[in-house]
Amino acid sequence: MRRHGGLRRFARRKSTIAFLMALPLITLIAALVVYPTLYAIYLSMLNKSLERFVGFSNFSFLFTRETFWMVVKQSCIFAISAVIFKALIGFCVAHFVHNVPAKGQRKWRGMLLIPWVIPPAMSTLGWFWLLDPSYSAFNWLFVRLGIPSVSWLGDPNWARFSVILVNVWYGAPFFLIMYLAALKSVPEQLYEAAAIDGANWWQKIWYVTLPMMRNIISITVLFSLIVTFANFDIVRILTSGGPIDRTHVFATWAFLVGINGGDIALGAAVSLFMFPILAVAAYFILRDISRRGNEA
Amino acid sequence: MSAVLQAPVVPKTRSMKRDRRRALFWSYFFLIVFVIFFLTPPIYMFITSLKSSAEVGAVTNPWWVYHPTLENYKALIFSEDYQTFFLNSAMVSVIVVIVTMLISIPAAFALARMKFWGSATLAMGVFLTYLIPETLLFIPLFKIFAWVNETFDIQLINHWWVCAIIYPTLTVPFCTWIMIGYFASIPKELDEAALIDGAGYFQMLVKIFIPVALPGIIAATIFAFTVSWADFLYPLAFTTSADQMLLPTGIYSTLIKGDVYAWGQIMTACLLGALPPLLIYAFLMDYYIAGLTAGATKG
Repeated sequence: MRRHGGLRRFARRKSTIAFLMALPLITLIAALVVYPTLYAIYLSMLNKSLERFVGFSNFSFLFTRETFWMVVKQSCIFAISAVIFKALIGFCVAHFVHNVPAKGQRKWRGMLLIPWVIPPAMSTLGWFWLLDPSYSAFNWLFVRLGIPSVSWLGDPNWARFSVILVNVWYGAPFFLIMYLAALKSVPEQLYEAAAIDGANWWQKIWYVTLPMMRNIISITVLFSLIVTFANFDIVRILTSGGPIDRTHVFATWAFLVGINGGDIALGAAVSLFMFPILAVAAYFILRDISRRGNEA
Repeated sequence: MSAVLQAPVVPKTRSMKRDRRRALFWSYFFLIVFVIFFLTPPIYMFITSLKSSAEVGAVTNPWWVYHPTLENYKALIFSEDYQTFFLNSAMVSVIVVIVTMLISIPAAFALARMKFWGSATLAMGVFLTYLIPETLLFIPLFKIFAWVNETFDIQLINHWWVCAIIYPTLTVPFCTWIMIGYFASIPKELDEAALIDGAGYFQMLVKIFIPVALPGIIAATIFAFTVSWADFLYPLAFTTSADQMLLPTGIYSTLIKGDVYAWGQIMTACLLGALPPLLIYAFLMDYYIAGLTAGATKG
């Protein structure tokens, strides 16, 4: 009986220690993530001077603004097309690296990951200089090749293209690394078996590689979608949302309205529109984890 | 699974070897194309950094340096502003790495090994926090900091160390998550042996888990460092005077003055600023990549 009580006390003590060990983490998340998120919801329901509760009128005001709908559209275009290209380039380049002899792979991988390593704020300044209106080094090449020069950041459509291009440049190496790791984990026997069955390379990719990589593809796409949707650095530095607000995404517009414009409430309302996609992502991740938990 | 391919099985007589060589050729070809695409900006930044401002503005071939000079590098290394940015960034990153490790290692140990009430929910919560972007948090944080100033008379805004306080929100969830993965892979027999030998949980963590999971800890450290070195939004929102800025915002806000762009200097500043993460990457590439891939594969 005494031994039993001791054990129980021991268990209680163990869970106490564990709780104390996790306490800094809980405090951090509660104070600097969960509370600010809830506070953002509250802020978005106040008036501009933050004195009066106005319910959803900030949101209904946003719905009447043309700029808001432009931002919604641009955020979706930006995130979806950038993620598609990042995933495609990452997938293809991972295959190319995987194809070359193992000795040289390290070298190629080392060079190809560099865009991811440079802090995006700094590499985007490099892109900014490459796309400069009067000194663009690309345009210099274009002129030599007889192609009319392009107003990269001045024309709305080209500016949209440019922010996506820079985002793809920055993010594709991450996909490459993930897919390369996944490719390495596909057992060689599967390809051999497929080859014996007479599969060509396309069929090998479709029936062997893709099914084996499905999990990693979906998780990287999901994560990248969230990060890209919430992107700030690239758009802020490259175009600051211009020309005439054509390239604003939620984050840059929220910054402009909330911090630069001083309307905290409206800025919070804008940034909260990133929430639906986060909720969808969280739903898929939770479903995936619980499903995997059931399989195990 | 591969035995049920729907492809028609036609024995082909073509030479596998030639096929192989052609695949190899195209692989190299496209690798070179993509390396050019990926490395053009940094190389162009380097080219520009060697130019004097006169040459930057000249109508010559922008891809070539006619009169290479190190004056930009000299000017920046001896620039007091730039030194301040660098130092601020370095201090913030070191503090953030230490704080992150102090928070996430014990938490990951508790979550991976010592079940307690709500531990599964907490592990999930950590994962979901990772999904809440900084772009959603900066506006409420701005207001909270103002409130802290009013109530406790502590001015958080426009001090470089405010970043050291908020960056852990970017690093801790991910680091905890990958540490849980590393700790969970340590065989249970080890801690049973330690318990039998009379070790407490703290000793178990310090003497067994940390040494065994050291590669994971290094990977997490690198992640925390690179994230705090690179972040742009928080310092842009929370610091305004030049002596309190971190590198990314310092370059962006002080070197770019109106329309008079000192591009040689800006590119130099960016390259020097990118040097710490690049060096870490060059020397610890395997840990760097392990940290990147661990997050998803162990999720």
